Order: sequence, then structure tokens, then C-alpha cells
Amino acid sequence: MAQISSIANEQTSTPLSSSKSITLRISRFNPEHDGSSRFMEFSVPVEKWTTVLEAILEVKKHFDHSVAVRYSCRQATCGSCGMIINGKPRLACFTKISELNSDVITVEPMNNFPIIRDLAVKFEKLFDTHQKIKPYLIRDDTELVSDEKEFLQSPEEVEQYIQFANCIKCGLCNSACPTMATDSSFIGPQALAQAYRYVADSRDKGKDSRLKIIDDSHGIWRCHFAGSCSQVCPKGVDPAMGIQLLRGYLLGFRS
Amino acid sequence: MPQDEHREGIKGMANPSRYGIERVAYWLMRLSGLGLLAYFVAHIYETSNILRGQVGWDEFLELTQTTEGHIFLGIVIAMCVFHTVNGIRVMLGHGGVGIGKPARPDYPYEPASQNYRHKIGIYSAILLAAIAMMYGLAVMFGE
Repeated sequence: MAQISSIANEQTSTPLSSSKSITLRISRFNPEHDGSSRFMEFSVPVEKWTTVLEAILEVKKHFDHSVAVRYSCRQATCGSCGMIINGKPRLACFTKISELNSDVITVEPMNNFPIIRDLAVKFEKLFDTHQKIKPYLIRDDTELVSDEKEFLQSPEEVEQYIQFANCIKCGLCNSACPTMATDSSFIGPQALAQAYRYVADSRDKGKDSRLKIIDDSHGIWRCHFAGSCSQVCPKGVDPAMGIQLLRGYLLGFRS
Repeated sequence: MPQDEHREGIKGMANPSRYGIERVAYWLMRLSGLGLLAYFVAHIYETSNILRGQVGWDEFLELTQTTEGHIFLGIVIAMCVFHTVNGIRVMLGHGGVGIGKPARPDYPYEPASQNYRHKIGIYSAILLAAIAMMYGLAVMFGE
């Protein structure tokens, strides 16, 4: 149910230094007392450089402070402000309104994550699956007891995994994944890409234990290479590539 | 789908419009797979009519000699060709063929796995399916 905020209409005349304004439609939902979500619309002044997060914060500051949104760094580093913006999962702080080419911006909570309230979603499942694949170096020796202070790697060995180490756990890939849309037990592209990140790391010795974890009916075999995860990743991680390369280990193409 | 899970469900999975041609290929692959499964079941039923003798067999076969029957078989041909060609592309991708190599990503972060080789593969699958369907229809309606 679309609802025009009267407060918003009253306050659009607030003297802000912009000649252009857009309509920001924010999905509102509180699981404690709402049966379904609804949209509230706000007219927000924007500049060429205004991000979606800044527009939401503008709403919170001037129109409705009760809008729930999670954010922190405002520079695509913390992975907190993932949401569905005009139908696609994006980081609100990394999406300029001018690049959306629309005067109506619709923001909704990410799909495939339980909603806490409005635009904030629960990340417990994401962090659980991330932890499940053992996201750390597994070896018998450690830096503390070794004679060497560092585990040395060649630049070529670093190239094998460094792309996947850019993951900020924002959850956009899991939100875009068509398998995640229907399979609540699927481990998800984020965790699978991170499994590849550690399996491909020449310092790591835990390949067999990780492959055992993902070689499951709701594991890597449920990925059908739709590639949506890679298209929405704001850090260029390319989970689809990592998953296919990881599958190569299980199919015997890689060792 | 319960609101507390907030999953997109089948509607979101089957929506091919938001993520480019790769998601369209994913959707067509699933659709053609289900279609071919349905055809396989129907085909077993059809061929079991031979147990009714020559007359029963001929009677059932006449169903495929109608306009609707020809269109149905044309769609089956298209599904079969698309599923085969796109299936080969997907299997190659699963084996790590044509998906690029890991490298430090540069902005604007074009994913290497969604490269032109796979896009050509998808468009080829669609084109070949269309050509095969048209050829099949031309043969059937030309009888």
C-alpha cells in the first residue's frame, strides 16, 4: 500500500541547496505488528553526487526518524547498507541516485534475509555459513612456533585468491542468487566464494575438510551458474567464478 | 513464503528480467528442462499405445499430425536444442572453461565469469534453437 507522507510534502520546501528532487519510496515493515510491508514516499532534494544512503539519511533527519536502516562506513567497505534499490541488490552508499536514471527510487530490504525492520535485515545465516567453511588458514604449524615470521607467497600465488579476499560480507550475492530464493538450506554464493578463497591460498592446508563441507546436497551442486551473484557484487569478487573453480577441485579438473 | 524468511520464492527465481542474459539463460534452461521432462513422460505414454495394436497406435499418432501437434513438436525441438547447447556451455563453465582467471579486480568490476564467450554461447543456443524449430515446423507443415 503506497502512502504519501504528509510530513514529507510539508517539508519539501525546506531550504536545501538543490534544484532537483526525486521521490524516494521506502519499504516499511515491522514484523512485531505489521502483516505485510507498505511503501512510504518522500520527496527528497538531490545533487549529482547524492547517494541512496544519503537520501535515506535525509529522510531520517528531516521527515521520519523511525526509518530503520543499517549503515556505517559510507564508502563500500563495511558491507552494512545492502538493500534492493530499484529492483536490484546494491549498496546504498555506493549507488548514486544520478546513475539510476529515474526520478523514483524504490528501496526495499534485501531478499532472502529475514527482516529486522524496514531496510535492516538479519545477517546471522550469512555469518553462520561463512563460519561453516572455516574462513581462516588451516595448518599444523603456526607463525608462533615457526622459524620464519611469515608464510611467504609469490605474486602469482597471491593472484589466485586476492580477488576473493575483497568480500565485505554485504550479502548482495545471496540476495540475488536464484537458488537462495527457494532453498533455505543452500550454503550460498558468499560462503562458497570464501571457501574457494581459502582453498586457493597456497598457505592453507585445509582443502579436504572444506571440500567435504561444501560437497553436500545443499552445497556447491545447487549452484547453476546463473551468475547474478557476480553481477551485483560491489567489490568485484565474482563469486560465480570462484564457485566454478571450486567445483573443478571436486570434479578432478584441479588439484 | 513466510515473511520472516523474506525469500523471493519461485517468483523471484523465475524472474529473468533483472540480471542480464545469463539469468535469462538460467530461466530458459530450467523451463526447457521441465518441458523436456514432461515430454519424456508424455512420450512414454504415447509409445505405450503400441500395446493397443496397429489401430490404437495410428489413432494416437494422428494427434501429432494436427496444427497443434506440429506446434507442440516444434516447441519440443526448440527446447531440446537450447537445453543441449546451453547445457554444454554450462558444463564447460562448471569445469572452469571460459570463465576467466582470478585477478585483482578493477573498477567498475566487470565480472570475468560473465564474459563474451559465455554470452556468445547463450545467444548461439537461442539462435540454434530458433533455427531448428523453424526448420522442424517447415518440414512438418510442408508434408
